[in-house]
Amino acid sequence: MTFATFFNPTRQTRVLPGFNLALGYTLVYLSLMVLIPLSAVFIKSATLSWSEFWAVVSAPRVVATYQLSFGASLLAAAINAVFGLMLAWALVRYRFPGKKLIDALVDLPFALPTAVAGIALTALYAGNGWIGSLLEPLGIKVAFTPLGVLVALVFIGVPFVVRTVQPILEDLETELEEAAASLGAHRWQIFRRVLLPILLPALLTGFALAFARAVGEYGSVIFIAGNIPMISEITPLIIITKLEQYDYVGATAVAVVMLVFSFLMLLFINLLQAWSAKRTGRNR
Amino acid sequence: MSIQVEHIHKTFGQFVALDQVSVNFPDGALTALLGPSGCGKTTLLRVIAGLETADSGRVILDGEDASSTHVRQRQVGFVFQHYALFRHLTVFENVAFGLRVRPRRTRPKEAEIRLRVHRLLDLVQLDPLANRFPTQLSGGQRQRVALARALAVEPKVLLLDEPFGALDAQVRKELRRWLRRLHDELHITSLFVTHDQEEALEVADRVVLMHRGRVEQVGTPTEVYEHPASPFVYGFLGAVNTFHGRIDGTHLRVGEATLPHDGDAIHQGADAVGFTRPHELEIVTDLATPHGIEVILDRILTFGASARVELDSLPDADGRGEPTHYEVILPREKVDALGLVEGQRVRLVPSRIHVFPNQTA
Repeated sequence: MTFATFFNPTRQTRVLPGFNLALGYTLVYLSLMVLIPLSAVFIKSATLSWSEFWAVVSAPRVVATYQLSFGASLLAAAINAVFGLMLAWALVRYRFPGKKLIDALVDLPFALPTAVAGIALTALYAGNGWIGSLLEPLGIKVAFTPLGVLVALVFIGVPFVVRTVQPILEDLETELEEAAASLGAHRWQIFRRVLLPILLPALLTGFALAFARAVGEYGSVIFIAGNIPMISEITPLIIITKLEQYDYVGATAVAVVMLVFSFLMLLFINLLQAWSAKRTGRNR
Repeated sequence: MSIQVEHIHKTFGQFVALDQVSVNFPDGALTALLGPSGCGKTTLLRVIAGLETADSGRVILDGEDASSTHVRQRQVGFVFQHYALFRHLTVFENVAFGLRVRPRRTRPKEAEIRLRVHRLLDLVQLDPLANRFPTQLSGGQRQRVALARALAVEPKVLLLDEPFGALDAQVRKELRRWLRRLHDELHITSLFVTHDQEEALEVADRVVLMHRGRVEQVGTPTEVYEHPASPFVYGFLGAVNTFHGRIDGTHLRVGEATLPHDGDAIHQGADAVGFTRPHELEIVTDLATPHGIEVILDRILTFGASARVELDSLPDADGRGEPTHYEVILPREKVDALGLVEGQRVRLVPSRIHVFPNQTA
């Protein structure tokens, strides 16, 4: 839509009615639900001077949480991209007993209260839990370490990748693979040169969603993380801690950093996705 | 390279797609696999390509049993009805795909790939569009890219699955001629699947007619059109008039009428069906003629070079209840010379009639 038609929608007769109403409603809704609360974060943190702000957000204990939060989230999203793709592949391409059930199970991390997931994971991975007791003798500690954080973030991110990749996979003609095979391509070459480029935009969307969710995740992580300062504390926990100490301004300062950082990363992933969509000829 | 299939049997669940099919496809010929949908022609093509595995039987490529060879190693070029182009690759890269996926030892140098792809794109007259994406091409262009892509790997045989099925009539006709010319240039053994009898008869050197998972007839277009081996082939290849009756001497008796026929293998008194093409029927206005079937002239359609006359049998003429519908094609002058009018009673005398025993009776 050009600038002129944006502000003069009446100049053109539209097939779809209600443009003004829809646009107005969208803007009001977005402002009320998203923009105003977010800008409040910025306004509140603006009561700090630059040096005070910097001191709060660059404290060693806070910086350690950024590293864990963003690092573990990226890693979890990457793991989910790989295994989510495999899960989606299995669900689309094969028929097996219990397929419907597994398909439904994928959505469970969406529905489960995060605290429940956190407690369940902690119980499993703690030194005396079912899985933890098996891993402990091998020298692998999961609960109360950064690894535990990763496990929790992987758990909550699974559905995002599966649900974004699945419809694209369903639309993918098997003829493409047959054509590639008749041209002499091996399984791996077919995946690498035909399937992956076509799936990449959807895969990146799933990755971005899983990442965004992981960065903001709180409930499921704090139980399994153990919250040891400098080791297994996540940024949302720092914010909560500051709030509990009535340090509202400090909490919003950290929140601003998180917000900006998340926004930049999502923007980057979106650009990457637009680029790959263009390369795969999605834009007709 | 010649292709032979021997006793190929293939079922999908309860459905028998191919029932002990054996055919020879000679070296260098362009053969059409023709039949109605569901007759097994596409399955046969896919079995030959290695995209489908037969339950039993052998596929012999160039004298060697290739039944267990993977599609990757069969060196067949396959063209799909819906093109199956890689939409994330340009036209150039689509054609180059088969060369790029080769193992390093046999992969041509980049310059060589360029040369070969451009030569192929020239061949399909698409070189100016080398940098376009498939979505920016028309259907006919896409199918030509698909063909160039299949030819890039220098296949020993070219298999085309309803290659023109998704195109509109005009483009279809043009591509048909073009495929024929291309084949005359390359002389690569080619098989194409079609349900369009006109397409098969026009383009192919040989036609393999299939029906219900079996081969009904194999021959040149003229052979199968002039001498259909079965009632099915007669009905499938072009318009046909049928006469249901009983063998009586050298005649086919339809109700009261008698039609002379030259058949011999059918024993006396047997139920039989006679087939004639619309141009093999003569209209006789003299109702006293000893032979021929009396009919009512329904409609005369005079457009184009020849006239089409539609006629109906007299009510209950052959004891089958409903009136039978006939179609005659004759020169326009003949219509005027005979002074035909709609509603008139005339006799139909076949100049040629082919009689088959009636299996349904």
